[in-house]
Amino acid sequence: MSENIESHSYDILIIGSGGAGLRAAIAAAEGGAKVAVLGKSLLGKAHTVMAEGGVAASLGNVDPDDGWETHFYDTMRSGHFINNYKTAEVFSKEAPQRVLELEQWGAVFDRTPEGKIMQRPFGAHTFRRLAHVGDRTGMELIRTLEQKILTTNVDVFQEITATKLFLDNGRIAGAVAYYREDGRFALFAAKAVVIATGGWGKLFKVTSNSWESTGDGAALAFRAGAELIDMEMVQFHPTGMVWPPGVRGILVTEGVRGEGGLLRNSEGERFMEKYDPQRMELSSRDVVARGIYKEAQAGRGTPHGGAWLDITHRGPEYIKRKLPGMYQQFMALADVDITKTPFEVGPTIHYTMGGLKVDAYSCATNVPGLFAAGECAAGLHGANRLGGNSLSDILVFGKRAGDGALEFIQGNEGMPRIDEGEVQAEIQRVLAPVGKEDGENPYAIHERLQEIMADHAGISRTGSDLEKGLELILELKERSRNMVAPGSRAFNPGWHTVQDVSNMITLSEAIVRGAIERKESRGAQWRLDFPDELEEFGKVNFVHKLEDGEVKTYTSPVPEMPKELQELFELGAAPGVAKSGKKE
Amino acid sequence: MAEEITLSVFRGDRSGGREQEYKIPAMTGMVVLDALHYIQAHQAPDLAVRWNCKAAHCGSCSAEINGSAKLLCKTRVDDYENEVIHVRPMHTFPVIKDLVTDVSWNYEKLRQIPAFQPAINAPFTLQQRDVDRLQEFRRCIECFLCQNICHVLRDHDAKDAYWGPRMMIRISELQMHPLDTADRLDLLKGAAGIGYCNITKCCTVVCPQGINITENGIIPMKESVADKYFDPLGGLVRKMHK
Amino acid sequence: MAQPAQAVHGGKTGSAWWVEPYLTVLALGLFGLYSIWLVFFQHTGQFHNYLSPFFSPTQSWGIKVLPALWVLWVPLLFRATCYYYRKEIYRGFFHDPMACGIPESRRKFYFGETRFPFIWTNLHRWFWYLALVVLVFLWIDAIRAFIFPNGFGVGLGSIIMLVNVVLLTLYSLSCHAFRHLVGGGSTRFSCADGSPTTRYKLWRTVSDLNQRHGLFAWISMFSVWFTDVYIRMLIYGVIHPVRFF
Repeated sequence: MSENIESHSYDILIIGSGGAGLRAAIAAAEGGAKVAVLGKSLLGKAHTVMAEGGVAASLGNVDPDDGWETHFYDTMRSGHFINNYKTAEVFSKEAPQRVLELEQWGAVFDRTPEGKIMQRPFGAHTFRRLAHVGDRTGMELIRTLEQKILTTNVDVFQEITATKLFLDNGRIAGAVAYYREDGRFALFAAKAVVIATGGWGKLFKVTSNSWESTGDGAALAFRAGAELIDMEMVQFHPTGMVWPPGVRGILVTEGVRGEGGLLRNSEGERFMEKYDPQRMELSSRDVVARGIYKEAQAGRGTPHGGAWLDITHRGPEYIKRKLPGMYQQFMALADVDITKTPFEVGPTIHYTMGGLKVDAYSCATNVPGLFAAGECAAGLHGANRLGGNSLSDILVFGKRAGDGALEFIQGNEGMPRIDEGEVQAEIQRVLAPVGKEDGENPYAIHERLQEIMADHAGISRTGSDLEKGLELILELKERSRNMVAPGSRAFNPGWHTVQDVSNMITLSEAIVRGAIERKESRGAQWRLDFPDELEEFGKVNFVHKLEDGEVKTYTSPVPEMPKELQELFELGAAPGVAKSGKKE
Repeated sequence: MAEEITLSVFRGDRSGGREQEYKIPAMTGMVVLDALHYIQAHQAPDLAVRWNCKAAHCGSCSAEINGSAKLLCKTRVDDYENEVIHVRPMHTFPVIKDLVTDVSWNYEKLRQIPAFQPAINAPFTLQQRDVDRLQEFRRCIECFLCQNICHVLRDHDAKDAYWGPRMMIRISELQMHPLDTADRLDLLKGAAGIGYCNITKCCTVVCPQGINITENGIIPMKESVADKYFDPLGGLVRKMHK
Repeated sequence: MAQPAQAVHGGKTGSAWWVEPYLTVLALGLFGLYSIWLVFFQHTGQFHNYLSPFFSPTQSWGIKVLPALWVLWVPLLFRATCYYYRKEIYRGFFHDPMACGIPESRRKFYFGETRFPFIWTNLHRWFWYLALVVLVFLWIDAIRAFIFPNGFGVGLGSIIMLVNVVLLTLYSLSCHAFRHLVGGGSTRFSCADGSPTTRYKLWRTVSDLNQRHGLFAWISMFSVWFTDVYIRMLIYGVIHPVRFF
């Protein structure tokens, strides 16, 4: 039996309605293209809304010595030099423009006494660099983009799940998707497709990510032939909530430390002294997360295995003004008044540095016509992401992906053809679990996957753990083929979970394979059996491809910086500091 | 707290439905959304509930819990000790399935509000005190609980005449922007129907973000409308003042 | 819509949401009846140097109306169009709605404040202007209440009248329309050098007062009522004046 499905045709199809997707859509629409955006959720609800601390851009509003060179320097250093320098260069150069553009569109940032956009300090940023709105910067950003997109003629499809990308002679041709509301399918033919579906933090149980972070777009693109890179790099945010159990993992913004919050162990010691005496609490995320983890392992943790974070010295009024969300979050969910007492925090999965391998300038993947931007793409952050860089990432590369897609369709004007049989086969595949009672419960498979990842590919890793993890994932992959979704097609979360879990299993395999290959500790990758950062691994990225249904892992050389950029790292201090002649 | 909790959850769709009871084990610090997830994972995999962040940032999980309009992720189970927890979808919007409602009308209205039109190009010079009012409104997470509780929309179903509190504060934030040049007062008095609001303040009561919708948004906008349409003398004075 | 209406309100199931609207009806209803009684059956509010606020000012410049009606319509309309009282009146008298989420019986023919009579609420600021004039007279009365035939003095009545006029002033200055006129209607709160404008400072002050507008509304209504009751009892000789010095 074949489905009658609705059919659309667009110049540019954008999958993902978070910050990167919306920014790409605005760029594409401004270029005159006919654009559609697909999102799994309602407009404005995407994971971007969760970003709290700020958007990093070297505006130099509070520290005039800041400039793109220093932002570039911080980003590369924090990424342990396996990031693509070209990506980091365009990023640090363009971030300020992208932020100012938001102000032009109606974003209302906190202000300096001079009336400029306020910038706050953040972990491992040399200067005060994060433009922010209290602790709800991501919300401001996505709301602004949402409001902007509503003034364009971009068609926004809400609560729709794409399940497969189609190719026409190797070139991207479109995607099929189903409406979550009633389970009916729609085909989107497009000359170019931008993937902007975010990360896959939901692979882990203790995560700050919303349910959507299941890596759908990355998995779809991977199956369509795109390459994944740096997959082993999964960021633990040092400070998530740890108690009560229901809220474990929910983010405690780095802004708490940015505003002066202090970390202490159960003995009252500011333990970051041991791990990074210079930057202390504002060290990079990998270092702070490991610090908290090590303290807890050594028996100096809080009652629920974390560390104490203390901001009480800033006074109730200041805390409520600068961190109102945190104040309310702890009041409502944990009965803790952060203006009066220290509170427990612990590492939580926060961000996936790895993802689709893309061109630094156009965001093109290796599949012609397929682009990617935001967390699902890789290259900017290397082995560890700096706080605040993700919001500028989605703005800079959202726009670049939209522009890249525009340029691509100018050279490839014909509408590609999608094979009807392939579409029907995909629909039958997706529908197979619906209404079945006997088989694997997708929620249980998801939980098992999370356990495997936590136990075998968590914050500390060893070769044997990872090998065992891979084995378990492959077993689970087999089991997952038999997932069922009792009930109808109409808004059936069980059925939606089947798609999410399949995508996550695909990506988990690449993560573990990458972690096995990287026999060193670098950034987010912490191998107990290889505790040191090794020069030879600093020269390679691990790239994964799907060949005949098998994940194959290769090495690819890290692009080498030209001399003038290399020199930025030979000044003895961050460029802005060296230039101003002041001591760090 | 009790070891077992009982939830009575609305199950149904556009054609109707009824509440169904589920018993689940209690967990420390559990919120109602956790309870619903437990039901999904163990008892009713197709129970439809909309949610994203589970941290009260996204405004997806709006519902009515024991008669109160709330976010599922922010409502603790232990607030209802020894009570059955009744969970129902928002009343004002058509049910899609179970707890999921069709809120698309709100996005249609958001699209109809004239966008920000700045007088100059960024970077702007604005003091914090100039933007405090706007930032209050921009805290809105678009959960639409205010729209749900507003009796004009809820009981009189006057969606064609009044756009609801969410749109009122969206318009307020634009009207109060020091650099905006567009005028939305005709819209406010006309199609958006600010006159339909009778300032009974339920929107403010239910706002999970604590936005003072009525006092800081709607009343100032009613006064701005009065400036233009009900106060020729004041208008003249202001003209001369400029 | 598939789901039947269910009560939604601030508190939990079974909370006494109906208390507030009924109390409103009771209080405003009694005050209304008392005022009507004054208008039709009472001709003076004067007891020596004390004057009931219902009967002030006494001079009518030749305009012939019932003494209590001469100015009573001003505060009455000022209060009837007040943003705070409107909420209580719509909830209590019109059940529109009685409390949040309580289903209403009348579903059709709701026009809010877009048609007669409630469109008149837009004229609130005009009644505020007039109320200020009345307030000036009440201040004069309050001062006179301290001037006895033998010179300055303080009686219980003088204190009651002073407290009353202070409360009425607080009620008038915390008015939403005033908050708008004094600065709320402006979008620029900073001077070119970044310092706050005078309008901003005024707006902040009135905004702070405005947070207690509802409280001032009730207690000033009761103080007016009480002042009249006190003076009326003096007039009828039910009680004797108390003089402190």
